[in-house]
This record gives sequence, C-alpha cells and structure tokens, in this order.
Amino acid sequence: MLDSSVWPTNDYSRVPYRFYHDPSIYELERERVFKGPAWTLVGLEVEIPNPGDFRASYIGDEPIIIHRDANGKIHGFINRCAHRGAIVRRELQGTAKDHVCIYHQWCYGQDGGLIGVPFRRGLKGKGGYGKDFDPKNHGLTKVRIDSADGVLFGTMSDKAEPLNEYLGEAILGFLSRVFRRPVEVIGYHRQRIRGNWKGFAENTRDNYHASLLHDFFRTFGLDRPTQVGGATMDKRHRHCVTWGRMENSHDAAKEAYGKEQVASAGIQLKESSMVKYIPDRNDDISIAIGSLFPSSFFIQISNSLATRQIRPRGPGEFEVFQTLLGYQDDTPEMRQHRLRQANLVGPAGFVSMEDGEAIEIVQRATKAAPNDVQVLELGGKGAIQDCDFRINDVPVRGFWSYYAELLGIEPADGVR
Amino acid sequence: MSADLFAACDLLAQYGALVDAAKYDEWLELFSKRCSYYVKPRENHELGLPAGLIFCDSRAMLEDRILALRIASKYNLHNDRHIIGLPRIVANEPDGISIEAPFAVYQTEQEGDTRLFATGLYCDRLERSGDSFKISEKLVRIDSFAIQTLLATPL
Ligand SMILES: [Fe+2]
Repeated sequence: MLDSSVWPTNDYSRVPYRFYHDPSIYELERERVFKGPAWTLVGLEVEIPNPGDFRASYIGDEPIIIHRDANGKIHGFINRCAHRGAIVRRELQGTAKDHVCIYHQWCYGQDGGLIGVPFRRGLKGKGGYGKDFDPKNHGLTKVRIDSADGVLFGTMSDKAEPLNEYLGEAILGFLSRVFRRPVEVIGYHRQRIRGNWKGFAENTRDNYHASLLHDFFRTFGLDRPTQVGGATMDKRHRHCVTWGRMENSHDAAKEAYGKEQVASAGIQLKESSMVKYIPDRNDDISIAIGSLFPSSFFIQISNSLATRQIRPRGPGEFEVFQTLLGYQDDTPEMRQHRLRQANLVGPAGFVSMEDGEAIEIVQRATKAAPNDVQVLELGGKGAIQDCDFRINDVPVRGFWSYYAELLGIEPADGVR
Repeated sequence: MSADLFAACDLLAQYGALVDAAKYDEWLELFSKRCSYYVKPRENHELGLPAGLIFCDSRAMLEDRILALRIASKYNLHNDRHIIGLPRIVANEPDGISIEAPFAVYQTEQEGDTRLFATGLYCDRLERSGDSFKISEKLVRIDSFAIQTLLATPL
C-alpha cells in the first residue's frame, strides 16, 4: 500500500525508484493526477482555426477530441463511445458536423452531446430503448477546455482551479512572451521512450543535465551553464521556467569545465547559423524551457520553438508529442532558419536526442531496485524556492512535492 | 536491367552497407558537392508541413550532422541493418534521374535484441557522375514516424 512512509525525507531529496515502475502507482496517477485537478496542454487554437475543425489529443493516456463548434467555441470530450467504449473519431484531425461511432452508429454533436441512436424506438414497434433512456445522460464525457494566449489546456476534474490560477504569474508571463505573437505549426515530431513519463518531467526541470549530457551545447558553444539564467517556479512549485541569456565569451565556460573540455576554436560547425540566435522579441533570452505539471512543456532553444505533450503509455513507456512552431509573420529567411534549427530539438535533435537514451537507461537499471532512491540535492536541500542560478535540482523536488499532494501521500511536515 | 537502373541499385547497396558499417565519411562521399538530406515524418508530408526530423539543406549541414554524431551525440549503442528494396526510376533528365526505393532499418542492441526501427521511402535525385551517380537530394520519408527512442545514425 502506497502511503506517506514511502518518502525517506520530507523534502523529496530522495525519491524511490518504484515510482517509475509500479503499475498500481500508474493507476493512482491516472485517477489523481490526470483525472485530478490539473490542467494539461491539449493543443493550440491555431490548429483548429475554423468552425467545425477538430483534433485528437490526450490527457494522460485518455484519448480526447478538441472541437471548435459552428459558433467558434472550443469543446473537449473523451473519445470513447458512451455506448460500448469504441473510439468514436478515428481520424486525428479534420472538419465535421458530428462524430458517428462506426460500431453502432451512435452520433454525437460538436460539443460531444449524444444526438442520435439507431433503433431508439426499436423496429416495427418492438424493442428499442426504454422510456427512461435520456440521450442527455449518454453523451461523451466532457473535458473542460480553456486557453492562455491561444494555448489550449484541458482538465477532466470539476475541482480544478481556474486555468489562470493554476498556471500562475510566472507561467502566464512565459506563455505570453512566446505566444502573443501569432504562431503557426510547421511540423510534428513523435518519439517513443521506454521509460516512465515522470522521468521526462524531471529531465526538463533539471537544467544542468543539458551542459553535461548534451555535448553539442558545450562543443559548439550554443549554451553554457555559466550563462546568466535561473529557475522560476509558480507559488506551489509545481511548474518551472528555466532560462538563460545569450553569452558570447568562452572564458567563463573554460573556468567551469577546465580547458580541455570546452570546444577550442578548432572544432566548428560548417553551417554556423545552426547555433546563431536571432532575437525573436525584445529580450536576449536565448533559451527558455517551461515545464508545467504534470505533462506539458514549452521549448525555446535559440529560434527553435515547440510545445511538447507527454502521453504516458503505461509505467514503462511514453510518447513525446512535439509541435514545432514558427511565427505567422516570419520572413522566408527566418522560416528557413527555424526549419534548420528544428535540427536542435526532437528525437533527432542535437540537444535533445540524448534525453531518450538517458531516460531509458534509468528505467532499465532501476527496475530491479524499487526501494533504492535517487539523490536530488544539488542547489540545496529543505525548502523549495526559486534560484538565481541554473545548476540545481530544486524544481525537480517541486514537481515531486505537488505530485505527492495530489496522490495524497505527502510525508509528515513535507515541504511544498 | 538498364544501365541507369543498375547504377542506382549499386549506389543504394553501397549506401546501406556503409551506414551499417558506420563508415560515415565514405557514406558522405556518395553525395554530390551540392546536396541536401532530409528525414521527414510521413505525418508532416501528408499535412503539407515543412519541418523534418533531420533537415540538412546543404552539404555543410550534412557534414555537421556527421561531425556531431562523432564527437558530441550520445545515443543507444546499437548496430543498424538496412534492407533496401528495388528502386523505381520516376524521372529521367539529361544530367540525372529521380528514383524511389522502399527501405527498412533494423536496430540490434547490445544484448542481441533486434527491433524494426524505421520503414519508409527514399525519394532521391541522383546526379550523373561518369558511369555512376552521386546523390544530390535525398528525402527519407519515414512511415514509422513515431521514433523509437531516438534517431542518431543516418537512415
Ligand atoms: Fe535534455
């Protein structure tokens, strides 16, 4: 039985590996995190621009549809027929007046409500549904949808706080910075990782792995831990933005790593625009990663922009669904630059491919040791608070603290 | 078999063998001086979206890919095995031909587990170079666009 005694410390500086593997924990997460009072990225308004447009998405492993109705309002509902449980809308995107399940032709409107059932009155006066059958009670399960600067979030819980409050000022500001200027989808990436979805949530909150695991950064001078930057969290410490400013000097990096590990002028890319940042807006922040509890991520690495949604597929596998973005007013040259810099991110990304391997080797090695623990104490133990330096584990502990709260397993005097 | 089709088959056979043997410099030599190399998910292709998984619109970028693979990238330790199907000539021009060829790539990990890593279609433009061809454009249109783990070694 999982309870508060699972934590060896009250500050989440030790996390047992069973959280990556235990199927009963996965079931709990489904009920208390993904069906709990959390909001999850489900898509972008610009992906369903016209009345009648719909797209398939997920919250956790629950398949959903987001649908813009004839009046422009966006609805969300679970994509599972209320009759016999089939996937109702099998296409991933399109435009439609309604959704008809192929199995027995139950028909649902753009808001997911049931509008038609074959044989409702039976055939030739025989059979059919009883008088107490009310279509209102047999619609697709609703998902609440709300938007922040055109980014669509969904929740399956009535108890979720309003989206603005859930995100908090730091995240809202981060989203505005990227999304106030109208975006356009330039492609999708899908990656299947044989690991636990929380490994990815930890990975993006830990900024220092980038300079150690992703050698491309260090080798070609794209980003260094010595860049001025930091980690900012929401009040509850469940979300995190890590960011860094442009830096042009090699000196600080040499000091941090020792000369031999930093690229000499001898190793350079032939196409230097790969690592060139052209400011997209009025600031010099060249890298900004937003990690939102539980499974939504926003990436700006140089001029590469993307959203990432984690779609768990059981305790030992998840999909990273990445939507690559440009701005609608990009010049052709800028668009080409973005398509080139898309090489940085995704399953083949120069500064992201390693994450797939890192998460998988953790999953492989920890399977046999559910009660062993990982160590999260870089940048301080105890209180969870914002840092004005990038080398820290603190936001990872923030993630676990809110996770423990939702699962109802916070340790006695657990920090938040 | 026409001489062009034979030369295209020969090139594809070398292509697969060189990647599988991790001889990436020799593999690069199969490309012409001005070339492009793209790996594009079928999903993006069908939606008319331009972004790829790998997007090298110049030979310099392709060489950078190989440089990064050699000195910077960390990836799952594995061996590749290309199974390349018969090419079909889809266009004939004075200075070259365009071909399409289906492919599958299997990856074998260190303890001997093999998985189908990728399948899709090569859409290549081949430039005449004496009796043989060099690749001037390669578009790897990948059917299995949900990438298993990561994509590091060339398809
Ligand atoms: Fe990473």
